[in-house]
Amino acid sequence: MTTFEPEVDRSVTQALETMLLIRTFEEKSAELQAAKMSPSMCTSVGQEASAAGVMSALDERDLILTNHRSAGHLLARGADPNRVMAEIHGKATGYCGGKSGSLHISVKELGVILTSTIVGGELSLVTGVGLSLQMLEKDGIAAVFFGDGAATEGVFHESVNLAAVWELPILYVCENNQWQAYVHRKETMLADHISDWSKALGVESRTVDGNDVEAVAAAAREAVTYIRKNRKPFLLETYTYRLRGHMEPDDQAYVDKNELSSWKSRDPIAMMERRLLTDGVLTSIELAAMKESVRKKVEAAAEFALASPYPSFDQLTTNVYA
Amino acid sequence: MTTITPDQAMFDGLAEEMRRDPRVVTFGEGTATKHFNLVEEFGKRRVRNTPLAEGIIAGTAAGAAATGLRPVIDLLFAPFMTFAMEELVNSAGKLRFISGGQFSFPLVAIARTGAGWAVGGQHNHNIEAWFVHAPGVKVVMPSTAADFKGLMKSAIRDENPVMFFADIGLLHTPGEVPDGDHVVPIGKAALRREGSDVTLISYGKTVQKCLEAAETLASEGVSAEVIDLRSLKPLDEAGVLSSVLKTGRAVVVHEASGACGVGAEVAAIIAEKAFAQLKAPVVRLTGPDAPPAASYPLEQAYVPQPDRIVEAVKRQVN
Repeated sequence: MTTFEPEVDRSVTQALETMLLIRTFEEKSAELQAAKMSPSMCTSVGQEASAAGVMSALDERDLILTNHRSAGHLLARGADPNRVMAEIHGKATGYCGGKSGSLHISVKELGVILTSTIVGGELSLVTGVGLSLQMLEKDGIAAVFFGDGAATEGVFHESVNLAAVWELPILYVCENNQWQAYVHRKETMLADHISDWSKALGVESRTVDGNDVEAVAAAAREAVTYIRKNRKPFLLETYTYRLRGHMEPDDQAYVDKNELSSWKSRDPIAMMERRLLTDGVLTSIELAAMKESVRKKVEAAAEFALASPYPSFDQLTTNVYA
Repeated sequence: MTTITPDQAMFDGLAEEMRRDPRVVTFGEGTATKHFNLVEEFGKRRVRNTPLAEGIIAGTAAGAAATGLRPVIDLLFAPFMTFAMEELVNSAGKLRFISGGQFSFPLVAIARTGAGWAVGGQHNHNIEAWFVHAPGVKVVMPSTAADFKGLMKSAIRDENPVMFFADIGLLHTPGEVPDGDHVVPIGKAALRREGSDVTLISYGKTVQKCLEAAETLASEGVSAEVIDLRSLKPLDEAGVLSSVLKTGRAVVVHEASGACGVGAEVAAIIAEKAFAQLKAPVVRLTGPDAPPAASYPLEQAYVPQPDRIVEAVKRQVN
């Protein structure tokens, strides 16, 4: 027995657990969908490192805007898996009372605000959130998650440009997952990196390996520090890959098999597991226990969602006007 | 009373609300340039120019409204709102409901429209009914200087997104505005002239056309009541019905084209709820299904004029 005890970095095991939770949750959701027990949803399988890494750099002061592919962001922010799953199922116990479904879940109490399923919608809203933070003199920042698909829309240019001119405290997180619904990025844009576009608008940016959660977390911490200090926007591009289809179910017949398998060999979760096992941060027994605990949590979420009631019909016209 | 233009009345209303509530901010295309008095009084942070990009102006307003500010945005001309439909309709109008009531969107979007400046169909297009069809959004379109001010103040105090349509043809003709905190409630029509034979229902510049027609009709022995809707959503159903139940005849007049327009909605309400009391079918007089032309005579001909209104009423009464 050695008396030397390595310092266990909680943050890295936490990041792995978060990624496992997202993966298990989304695969369970897809499984329920395949069994016709759940509505469809858009998974972020393969992109978990981006959600877990960026979210680890934000704190309770910060506000988050996400999009249709949001379960990862919500869970990484600490959302209750039961209530996210219930919302996907359109149940009254969901975060939005079943009125959102999977596509536009907001959780105000966690600072996950204004989720829009219109691709690019989040980019148009975030400048307003940044303006509120600036004018109400709050020290939080606004983080907005969007993809390469949204970046090819005009509103990306409008949003980043206005944030630059008005010096808004916004972290733009472009999850460049190579897919724009059913179209490969290379069919719609000549550039490889969205980070180049923001530089042209006068906004500092950086591209990071979006499948390496530690690299994402470190880059996000730097970006957040920059924004807090300078009160200016920053764009972080997490270069990653959507391993499942656009929405469930999807046979991915349109996906290049070689490309898919090459990205699968860089699965962010498998890479992190290897790294923590090799470096002795986690034992295989601890990893198995972590997976089992996550699995139970997700099974409980599915049971909760399935058992929850649908909203009553009087909800058809509530919350339309304030 | 003070006599000022509706244009000034609208921005006086804004200035008073900015004085009252530090959360009120205003930005848009040329806002700071044109309203230097507001910049002087409230500073550059609360009064801002923006790029000529309606989408991001409206989206910024929606995001800011959901997080503690009360933005008033100037989108200049109504057709420019086509660039902001996503933000106004999908975000500001729907995200309160979709989020299960977690957010509200207290914002005002100003857009000018209507014949009067001979600018053609990409600056002049009465699209107010598009927004009546959008859930979660309110729509106003005043016809008097007093209402421009009073409705602006109500719109700013409202917790919902309000589309504020300003009729170009009215903006620079001075009118009387009451002194003090003049607030006009949204959702309440105004009775502009009492009458007993027919109800003329209108909003925006065609209210004045109806009043002119009513004057002519009076000289010919027909007593016309004139109702100014001024709020298109919510619509003052009770106000419309009580008048039509009294007169038994209704002519709805507006500059916007007819199909699925406000007039169609008003006619349907009357048919559903006052059919038995009608002495004649409801008539709609509207602009045609065509873009407004720039050429001044054509532009004016787009708008239902008093002679057409008089004719329609005469056919109803006889």
